[in-house]
Amino acid sequence: MELLLNRYRNLTVLLLAILAQLVLLAYQVKSNGEVRLIRVWAVTAVTPLARALETGRSSFSHFLNDYFVLLDVREENKRMKRELDRVHMENQYLRTELDTADRAKSLAIFQAHSPSKTVAAHIIGNTTGSGAKTVIVDRGSTSGIEKEMAVITPDGIVGKVVDVYPTASFVLLATDPTFAAGVISQKNRVHGTLKGQGGNKVIVDYVQNEENVEQGEWFYTSGDDGIFPKGLPAGEVTSVHPGRAKKEIILDPSGFQDGLEEVLIIVEGVHAPIPDTAPSNQQVHFQAPPPPDPGSIPAANPTEAGPMSDADRIIDRYRQIGEQEKHVWGERGRGAPDFNISLEPKPADAAKPVPPKPGDAPAAAAPKPTPHP
Amino acid sequence: MTEITETFTEPRKKKDAVSRFNALALIGIPLAAILFQVYVPQFVKYLSYLELPLLVTVYFALMRRSPVAGVLIGAGIGLAQDSLSSHPLGMFGIVKTLVGYFAATVSQRFDVENPVVRLVLAFFFFFFHQFFYWVLSRALLGQALLFDPQQTLVMALLNAAVAVPLFHILDKLKITGG
Repeated sequence: MELLLNRYRNLTVLLLAILAQLVLLAYQVKSNGEVRLIRVWAVTAVTPLARALETGRSSFSHFLNDYFVLLDVREENKRMKRELDRVHMENQYLRTELDTADRAKSLAIFQAHSPSKTVAAHIIGNTTGSGAKTVIVDRGSTSGIEKEMAVITPDGIVGKVVDVYPTASFVLLATDPTFAAGVISQKNRVHGTLKGQGGNKVIVDYVQNEENVEQGEWFYTSGDDGIFPKGLPAGEVTSVHPGRAKKEIILDPSGFQDGLEEVLIIVEGVHAPIPDTAPSNQQVHFQAPPPPDPGSIPAANPTEAGPMSDADRIIDRYRQIGEQEKHVWGERGRGAPDFNISLEPKPADAAKPVPPKPGDAPAAAAPKPTPHP
Repeated sequence: MTEITETFTEPRKKKDAVSRFNALALIGIPLAAILFQVYVPQFVKYLSYLELPLLVTVYFALMRRSPVAGVLIGAGIGLAQDSLSSHPLGMFGIVKTLVGYFAATVSQRFDVENPVVRLVLAFFFFFFHQFFYWVLSRALLGQALLFDPQQTLVMALLNAAVAVPLFHILDKLKITGG
């Protein structure tokens, strides 16, 4: 028997192993039972390893994810910063453009409504003189600029032209110590001479101590100097003190309030009255819509007609002329109606006068400017 | 004996050389193979075709060149695999016991360090493993599992392809032999 087992040892072991497992299987199938212990051992042995593997895998996966995400975030951050810088620059540029547009609009509106004839000019540089408050503007003799012309902004006086070249001019600013201009106070009509000090402030000289000048009062050009027309804002009194013989009046020059980029050069000055109130700080003055052409017949119901442009009015006028002359538009051989005839107002319209708009009143009430001597 | 036959049936001395492994390797490698099968296919689906516990069984049985050792290795790995499966204990155990036994028996006649022999043996034992498992499932458990010979042959080929480099790597863990 022992010999037999030794001879078939391998086969015996195989058969025993298989038999044992078959019994195990049979037990499980027969009793529908579970060999829980072995499974518990196996799972207990495997679980920590699996957990360690999963931890390692998830950590590695998270690391990789985070790494790439962070890479993306870093790139995104760089891109966003670049974008933000670009937007900042663009914003700054647009703000500057807006300011420039506002100033230009303000200047254009002021120029259009100023009784004086002016030429708009850009300041293109400063002169190199030591201590001199002189700037260069891009308008010269070819634009009709001459020496001793007044330079202003809608806010007030700026200076005067001291040198003229074909394409540029030098403007002596009101803050220059050699500058002088005749001014008059708003309330008590006190005359004086505005002088530059080399700094940001100007003074009004030659005002007697007896004269009454208050702090916060405005000075306007008096027109005495033959350069600045009367009625232009010069500045607001920031301090006033009695001196030995004359008052010491310091002004904040109004023409420099928003920096100097665009100016107006008065080529043909017209005196204006000194206003009773201080000038407002409104940058852009929106005017009321222009009054209707007296020759035209207003729309029966402006609300229904809606806002009309000049072109609309002309078309409307031509249509009414055509109707009045019984002209058939587009018919050949009839020629054109006589557009020079005056339209007869309709009875209903004639009986119903157009009420004046609030914006029209100041224009109608504005005094007629007197020509500058 | 032809030349080709001599190539696969090498000199007596080398053929009888028994490889020995560190105990840690003997336990760790099968465990790692089972873990691989349990864990990796969750994330890489197409790796589920790999029957690493079988390949490890074949390798150790071949290297130990002892049918008894083959039986024990096969039974141990098979039962461990069973214990982590949902079916009754012993299914993989019986199949792998047989694989271990036959692999060890075959190793006594062939040069099992030859890659071609390893490829063929891995291919054969994979097919045998799958087929016998299917037979056992039907016979002992009454389960009507599908057996697709064509698919099984392809999978056997793939496993054999993996087995050759895997066996080569495992050769590095040998203490003696070969």
